Amino acid sequence: MSQQIAGTPSGVGAIVARCEQLFEDLHFNAVKQWKAAAPGRKAIGFMPIYVPREIVHAAGMLPVGIFGGGDQMEVIQGDAYYQSYICRIPRSTLEMGLTGRLDCLDGMLFPSICDVIRNLSGMWQILFKDKYVRYIDVPQNYLDSVGGEFYIHEMQELRDDLGKLAGKAITDDALRASIAVYNDNRRAVQDLYAYRARKPWQAPTSEVYLVIRAGMVLPPEEHTGLIREYLISCEKENRPKRDNARVVLTGSFCEQPPLGLIKSIEMAGCYVVDDDFGLVHRWLLDEVPATGDPLQELSKAFLHRSNQQASKYDEKKEDKGKLLVHSVKFYGAEGVIFAAPSFCDPALLERPMLQDVLARQKIPYTAFKFAENTGQMAPIREQAGTFADSIKLWSAA
Amino acid sequence: MSTSANQPGTPVKMMPSSAAPKKPAAPVQKEDAMWLQKEMINRNYDELATAHETGRKVAATFVPGNLNELVMCFDFARSLPETNALQNGMRKKSGKMIMDAERDGHSEDVCTYVKADLGMMLGGEIGPTGQKLPTPDLLLLSYTGCFTFMKWFELIRQKYNCETVMLHTPYQGDGKISQNMRDYVVKQLKQAVIPALERVSGVKFDIDRLRQYMKESAKAEDDLVKVLQSAKNRPSPIDGYFGAVYYIGPMFTAFRGTPEATQYYDVLRQEIERRVAEKKGPITPEGEMAEEKYRLVVEGPPNWTNFRDFWKMFYDEGAVVVASTYAKVGGVYDFGFRHDPEHPLESLADYCLGCYTNMNFPQRIDMICKYMDQYQADGLLINSIKSCNSFSAGQLLMLREIEKRTGKPAAFIESDLVDPRYFSSANIKNRLESYFQMIKQKRSVAAGAAAVH
Ligand code: SF4
Ligand code: SF4
Repeated sequence: MSQQIAGTPSGVGAIVARCEQLFEDLHFNAVKQWKAAAPGRKAIGFMPIYVPREIVHAAGMLPVGIFGGGDQMEVIQGDAYYQSYICRIPRSTLEMGLTGRLDCLDGMLFPSICDVIRNLSGMWQILFKDKYVRYIDVPQNYLDSVGGEFYIHEMQELRDDLGKLAGKAITDDALRASIAVYNDNRRAVQDLYAYRARKPWQAPTSEVYLVIRAGMVLPPEEHTGLIREYLISCEKENRPKRDNARVVLTGSFCEQPPLGLIKSIEMAGCYVVDDDFGLVHRWLLDEVPATGDPLQELSKAFLHRSNQQASKYDEKKEDKGKLLVHSVKFYGAEGVIFAAPSFCDPALLERPMLQDVLARQKIPYTAFKFAENTGQMAPIREQAGTFADSIKLWSAA
Repeated sequence: MSTSANQPGTPVKMMPSSAAPKKPAAPVQKEDAMWLQKEMINRNYDELATAHETGRKVAATFVPGNLNELVMCFDFARSLPETNALQNGMRKKSGKMIMDAERDGHSEDVCTYVKADLGMMLGGEIGPTGQKLPTPDLLLLSYTGCFTFMKWFELIRQKYNCETVMLHTPYQGDGKISQNMRDYVVKQLKQAVIPALERVSGVKFDIDRLRQYMKESAKAEDDLVKVLQSAKNRPSPIDGYFGAVYYIGPMFTAFRGTPEATQYYDVLRQEIERRVAEKKGPITPEGEMAEEKYRLVVEGPPNWTNFRDFWKMFYDEGAVVVASTYAKVGGVYDFGFRHDPEHPLESLADYCLGCYTNMNFPQRIDMICKYMDQYQADGLLINSIKSCNSFSAGQLLMLREIEKRTGKPAAFIESDLVDPRYFSSANIKNRLESYFQMIKQKRSVAAGAAAVH
């Protein structure tokens, strides 16, 4: 996989501009370029929340995160497939597929996250018959001998399929190497999040978000480099520090809010110090050993050291909201913003339980819904502003 | 989604024998299927209401992936929250419950079954029959075919602190049940579900008892399939949607595996066979349907809050539903699956894995196309349920594909399960009337074409 693209920009402005360009390009030219750089290269799309990208990477392929069409793309055909009461990401994703924007992908992976994406996997099989399509099931039982074995088997099937597609089997060594590449990437992403939490005025979320989204289309090696450069360049900047409220934003793990909405929250006086955008980069919480049996290690990391989110079962009542509360404490947040896509069953069903946990911990929160093409920012800005003010008042009292 | 509309006090007349107000009332036959069902359901609600007084533990679970035979091995009283929600829908109580849940912080966007259940809890847990339902001792999270189930039981657990055990049924993403999937479910049964059932009930697992229940299940399943497939006759002696929700009741809920259920299905099959022999059409709440004009396949759950009005829109026009996917949510039996006492745990796994909403889209489409063909249907109607992403997300593609493959007209209406705010009677009626017109036109065009050739 390519390490460097000639002329990688430096300086915060240039880096962010490049990320923004990648983010806005719904024709995925970066993917096309990557494929064109060597014969026989293939790219595999995946939807939120999590797929073991290491397996795709080990097949010599580029994993490409498909996170909807955002607010710039008109959805016409996609709407004809969905009733008004279904969220927007499947429509815009279908729109991209039906208008040829995803032709550069040789396959699509649909993770086990909700009924909408689950059903979309079958729709994709029908609509895009010449593409590789796979539903990625993940275990809700966390015993190595039960859920673990099931998951290893599922990963093995993906590995076999991609091996066939690539024309050569994926070796354990290739997998270990890919695990190491993603460990590097995870470390970089963690550093980015830690830096933002330390100095949110230096690394605003509207930028961090774009840096994260760049990782959906860039090879991981290049993305890691880009994060590192961003961090170095950020540190050189001298940006004004404001008396903003520090908040954790949660609920946006699938359909993404428009960039304008993230900016609005910041402009309203909030520093977002943690979020669940692009959670695939942070799904596994720490290093996956790159020495043992690769699928076993990936499985163990998933079962025992992975993120907590609405589509994943909490075995015990006491576990509910644990990671959110931890994140509030760890990143020094003063409140939580629940920002969920309209009609998102997982996020919206989870919300009252998390709010309960926060209330018991006396952590303030506010909640709103969005769609990826929400255009009216004023109400959200106002709500976030009021929330930030109340936090400030509350902490001053 | 859920089943079993047939409960004491339900405003809808019991099927099939008492539903004939246009005729002189027939003498009540104690052995009639409907009486048997009514008694079973009465008894179950009584058992639930008195369970804790009588020292019995209560297990709650979902209709798809309902492990009734297994749960019975531990003497649990059995509660199905989906059934409670639909019952409350039919009794016009769900609207308030849903609004109560929304006032309590639940989003207007999410599944109304969940909100009807949570609203019922807020209202003091008074069940559909007016009796207080007990707090479950165990939530058996049969996680089959719907992601919302997991949140539903997590929400209940959050409020009541009940012990919860997860049984994760992997989805048939590739349109098949692999050995890996089956092994995974069996291992969960052995290592998680059975130990939890033993722990909470204090009863030791006896696999022979399970086998015995499964023998009963298989017999009843044979009869249920015969009943559902009787709709291949012309006229169809049953309605495979509105009527079938009664027929599937015992099978999909707390009774599969009991001798009473076996007896019920035996009696029901005999009743239906008589109707076939006599060339009778289905019984509706207003008596026997006179002329069968349209034969339809329906995809999607029914609306419960206006169930009778909804049904009337069909039988008034002479439309009978010959097959429905909803009658398969709690188990797909008509393509050969039976609970198998020789391989009890594997068979429970196959049962869960095979439930309708656990099938992928190509499978669901194939199944409907088969129904259209085997039941000689004139068309497909999709009742798209706002609440239910599991059923509804993607149904518009289904509609196109099935129209394309069968050449038969398809129509699309929208409603909700238990939220009366989403049942627009006039819209649905208009839509159905023009659909029936369309079928008629297609038919006369086809007849004209046949005459020319
Ligand atoms: S936004 Fe929510 S409901 Fe929609 S596809 Fe994503 S997880 Fe599913
Ligand atoms: S989403 Fe559908 S299947 Fe799931 S609980 Fe609600 S109505 Fe039932």
